[in-house]
Amino acid sequence: MSAIALAMPAGAQRASAIQEPAWVRWTLIGLALAFLTLFLFVPLISVFYEALRKGVEVYFASIVEADALSAIKLTLTTAAIAVPLNLVFGLAAAWAIAKFEFRGKNLLITLIDLPFSVSPVIAGLIYVLIFGLQGWLGPWLLEHDIKIIFAVPGILLATIFITVPFVARELIPLMQAQGTEEEEAAVVLGASGWQTFFRVTLPNIKWGLLYGAILCNARAMGEFGAVSVVSGHIRGLTNTMPLHVEILYNEYNFAAAFAVASLLALLALVTLALKTLVESRTVKQTKGQANEHRGT
Amino acid sequence: MASSFRQHTVLPGFNLALGFTLLYLSLIVLIPLSAAFIKTASLSWPQFWTTVTTPRVMASYRLTFGASLAAAAVNAVFGLLVAWVLVRYRFPGKRLIDALVDLPFALPTAVAGIALTALYAANGWIGHFFEPLGIKIAFTPLGVFVALTFIGLPFVVRTVQPVLEDIESELEEAAATLGANRLQTFSRVIFPTLLPALMTGFALAFARAVGEYGSVIFIAGNMPMISEITPLLIITKLEQYDYAGATALAVVMLVISFVMLLVINLLQWWSRRRSAMP
Repeated sequence: MSAIALAMPAGAQRASAIQEPAWVRWTLIGLALAFLTLFLFVPLISVFYEALRKGVEVYFASIVEADALSAIKLTLTTAAIAVPLNLVFGLAAAWAIAKFEFRGKNLLITLIDLPFSVSPVIAGLIYVLIFGLQGWLGPWLLEHDIKIIFAVPGILLATIFITVPFVARELIPLMQAQGTEEEEAAVVLGASGWQTFFRVTLPNIKWGLLYGAILCNARAMGEFGAVSVVSGHIRGLTNTMPLHVEILYNEYNFAAAFAVASLLALLALVTLALKTLVESRTVKQTKGQANEHRGT
Repeated sequence: MASSFRQHTVLPGFNLALGFTLLYLSLIVLIPLSAAFIKTASLSWPQFWTTVTTPRVMASYRLTFGASLAAAAVNAVFGLLVAWVLVRYRFPGKRLIDALVDLPFALPTAVAGIALTALYAANGWIGHFFEPLGIKIAFTPLGVFVALTFIGLPFVVRTVQPVLEDIESELEEAAATLGANRLQTFSRVIFPTLLPALMTGFALAFARAVGEYGSVIFIAGNMPMISEITPLLIITKLEQYDYAGATALAVVMLVISFVMLLVINLLQWWSRRRSAMP
């Protein structure tokens, strides 16, 4: 940085002092892209390639086949029940945690995050231990002819367990960052609790709520391990889309397996697109606050 | 009771919100999880110990934790690189790539599993390059590592990225003014600032990899003693109606998960303290 640096305009000099030479920059970009291509882009493309390999007719035939349709229906039903429940839970948990100070708050936050650190297989196993034939409630359920394990309720429970934290962990940092002044003003001016919630809080957190719901939905529809343990894999009855993919794959019916898988991959791409869209909105709302919690 | 346990505020709904939260969490998460521990208590200590230390189980621990560590380490290196490139440089397609980094979070694990298996099999797009070299990836422990690397990819990128964005350029300018070259500035100024976030990302990727099931079972080949992960062993025992054995293994995994959760919380606390300092 001697004579040459002095000859350059101030901006360029400043940039060169804290920037790498061009060849370093492009090598790093090249390495990063090579890694992402190998581990991300090629697998994604291969799903669609394998799905369409035997032609479009085979592709559509695999999707409209009766077992595939019932798997799609079960997956949609599961998400339609699990997501709203976890939405309500997330709102309640975030309201308690973000708007009030109480002892044991950090412990509660850790407990809400717990399902993220439990293996999906274990999430399925614990419900078998309770509702399975040899489980705690097994004999009683058998007596009353209620099926939970190897039936739809078990799939629902396992999915809800896995997706418990998604909405809550988006809302808690967001609502903590927004503070309580607006709600306090509303209450002091005579608004009831529910009025305050619907007219003040909800409009403030709508994007965060949507963001959490999108992530929750993607996981609910795609969950495999937990659901696999409790489902019993009964074709046309207790098969979700990911389980149907597994069955087809194990039957060496690769084209059909990848056809159903491509629907799930499309779902993932739509999720990412929506997420990016919503993210740009929330970043405007509370810049930076949600970042540290975004990790998982 | 409420007054001593929480601070006073004019806002309503605390009892309802907290009550519902605790009820829901207990019914869905806490009581079912405790079932695993209570079920294990039906085994005597020697029985438990024998169940969780048979050679086949020990081999599954070695694979699960070894492959998870290797995958998390690769993700730490390349995650840092990807985060750096995304924050610091401009290149075509950057926004698209930034969005796609989260793909492993959004793509169902079974889909990732069959796609990776097709790619890394001996006749697959990627596998056929390795086949002449005598390297088999799919249906070997190497395949497990590939799947776990895919699953853990976003963690390090997403924990390092915001910290890197917040680093003030003044710091680097000061280092340059004081005579540091670019590599010195990186290793002495930037890297120490990123370290807590990097380690958090590493721990998150590792914790996720240890419990992973869906993407691994397709590519692993699942041979006992060689390419069988611990979560699969739990399912195998369950299918043989060995509930106590399955639960004993689950408890070992759960205890490890809880320890990891504690470590991650400590790392995040450290990370926040670091970034709070000027």
